[in-house]
Amino acid sequence: MRFFEFEARKIVELAGIPVTKYGFCTTPEEARAAAEEIGGPVVIKSQVLTGGRMKAGGVKFADTPEEAAEHAEAILRLEINGHMPRGVLVDPKAEVKQEYYAGVVWDGTAKRPLMLFSDMGGIDIEEVARTHPDHVGRGHVSNLFPIPDFEAKQAIATTGVTGSQLNRATPVLARLARLFRENDMTLAEINPLAELTDGSFVALDAHMEMENEAVGRQKKLLRKELRIAEDDDREPYEHSKFEEAVAAIDAADHRGVIQGKDHGFTGNLGLVIGAGGGSLTLTDAVRSQGGKPANYSEIGGNPSVAKACGLAKEVLEKDGVEKIAVMMSIVSNTRVDIVARGVIKACLELGKDPGETIAIFRIPGAWEDEGFKILARYGVEYCDRSVSMWEAAGRAVAKIQGEGAAA
Amino acid sequence: MSILLTKETTFIVQGITGREAVNLTRECLDYGSKIVGGVTPGRKGREVHGVPVFDTVAQAVEHHGAPIDGSVVTVPPAFTKDAVFEAILNGIKLVVVVTERIPRGDVAQMVELADMNGARIIGPNCLGLIVPEVCKMGGIGGPAKDAAKAYAPGPVGVMSRSGGMTTEISSSLTQSGLGVSTAVSIGGDAIIGSTYAELMPYFEADEQTKAIVIYTEPGGRMEAQLAEWVKDNNSRLPIVAFMAGKFMDDEEMKGMSFGHAGTIVEGKEDTATEKIARLEAAGIRVVERIDEIPTVVKEKLGVLA
Repeated sequence: MRFFEFEARKIVELAGIPVTKYGFCTTPEEARAAAEEIGGPVVIKSQVLTGGRMKAGGVKFADTPEEAAEHAEAILRLEINGHMPRGVLVDPKAEVKQEYYAGVVWDGTAKRPLMLFSDMGGIDIEEVARTHPDHVGRGHVSNLFPIPDFEAKQAIATTGVTGSQLNRATPVLARLARLFRENDMTLAEINPLAELTDGSFVALDAHMEMENEAVGRQKKLLRKELRIAEDDDREPYEHSKFEEAVAAIDAADHRGVIQGKDHGFTGNLGLVIGAGGGSLTLTDAVRSQGGKPANYSEIGGNPSVAKACGLAKEVLEKDGVEKIAVMMSIVSNTRVDIVARGVIKACLELGKDPGETIAIFRIPGAWEDEGFKILARYGVEYCDRSVSMWEAAGRAVAKIQGEGAAA
Repeated sequence: MSILLTKETTFIVQGITGREAVNLTRECLDYGSKIVGGVTPGRKGREVHGVPVFDTVAQAVEHHGAPIDGSVVTVPPAFTKDAVFEAILNGIKLVVVVTERIPRGDVAQMVELADMNGARIIGPNCLGLIVPEVCKMGGIGGPAKDAAKAYAPGPVGVMSRSGGMTTEISSSLTQSGLGVSTAVSIGGDAIIGSTYAELMPYFEADEQTKAIVIYTEPGGRMEAQLAEWVKDNNSRLPIVAFMAGKFMDDEEMKGMSFGHAGTIVEGKEDTATEKIARLEAAGIRVVERIDEIPTVVKEKLGVLA
């Protein structure tokens, strides 16, 4: 889950890291009031979950409250990369002496959080790491023990930063590492971390992402502190009708799991496939042999007949779908006969001939003999484990392409 | 021989009274595994397929009268970390975590505690491991008769980020006459207890294993870590890899997750294309088609098809 800048700043502030006195506003009037309270030049920043705000005109400077209100009005109406802003952030224009970068990410190989620090802030850290590797300091922290300040100090000191700057930056990075761990973040960065002309350090911009699996146990931060609504919808893209329909079928019945995606898929071969790794393998196998998948899906955990039927129906009703391929890697939990009954039922309920509509059925494993008997009765082509996933996908592609062209 | 498990391996099932756990217990017992107890807090005194149920791991160890080798943990995500800590701190050295949807921070804590205590974690979000005709620890391969059909003893070690694909690939190796030494479903999450590179030394030391097959996906740096291990260790074992999810390299799929929690492209290094290049640079053969695996393994072993 990604956070807007105004939320990320609040998270940073709650962790005891200094921020400027900013205001989050949703109307030009609020922006005017915020600018008045700040008193002096301000910057107005669009609150969107996408990069490139500056280039798109989503960040503007104002010398007076009137100007702040005018900019806010324009920015509130400005769509950036297909996103409308949640509001604007009104921030005092800071007198910056030097910009730094402070961040924490997961290192999956070390299986520990990794602190990153650079004295070249304000730009993309990956770029700095590539062009000036000696300007990036790193240090892992424990997942179990308290995070001591000295570990942050060590990481910062490797970049050559010393003096009062080192002593001011150390607690910032240490606190960032602690908030990363305590709040189940997958990314926590302050960029830029600014040293102002008076020598103080403030977070001028922050970027936070929380692990989706942890959202349930971070209610105190999300609801109480940040006041994010339970039904807040901030997905990177809008779910399609197909995706929503499949999710609804899945939620209606606790037996088994089905998932469907069609973002980026526009083909004519519907895929009723599973499970996790099998779906990835089969989608590739269809595409590599010239097939055009209409969707991606996952079946797992032994779904009911109704659920398998529901998924197949949604796939069949997608625009442009001519046939479906029902394929999985060898199953031990999911029952072959139940999936077979589900997909046949879907065809019949839509007035389609299962033998014509199902290009191939390749699910070997538990209850396969029972499943194959049902498929044979309806004239559906099926195969067991002696036919590989690659070959099964190839047969489905050949069938849909051979339509009309076959001699 | 085999890795991690032998005929004598004893283990418990934490969360044994859950629906999936009851099935898993039945399957493992039928396969010949030695399950010496189960734990579900508040259910002491019950039995699951003849296996005694205890409130705590300590009670199970006391009842057994000797250290217990392993535990299969299948409890809800909110309780998994505590269950794994309990296993490790009661002297258990091999913990298979079946549960999925566990936050990374919890997994990282389990791993750190395991490292401090000389224990090894497999998973989370995995189906466990199997040594054909010797021992099955977890749901891998399903019921004993199905597992027997897919897994015959042989020279190939299998490691896979997908539980289902572990069996699919092993079955094709079995059908081709090769068979499997040990197959490990390592789990599909971003942070897991045992990566390919961390399990390689076990296979390296196992005389039965003559080749390795891995199933991989986009996301993470596990494959880069394996490539580095292979370069640094002059391994005797040829490795054949299969990469699924190549379609995720398409521009419109960026930032989307498919299949497993760990299967999300977050950086340039974790795309399928980049991973294939890294593996190949380390001398690991990456096959295009899943059904090429047995043939290529035979080639590597010098066995005529």
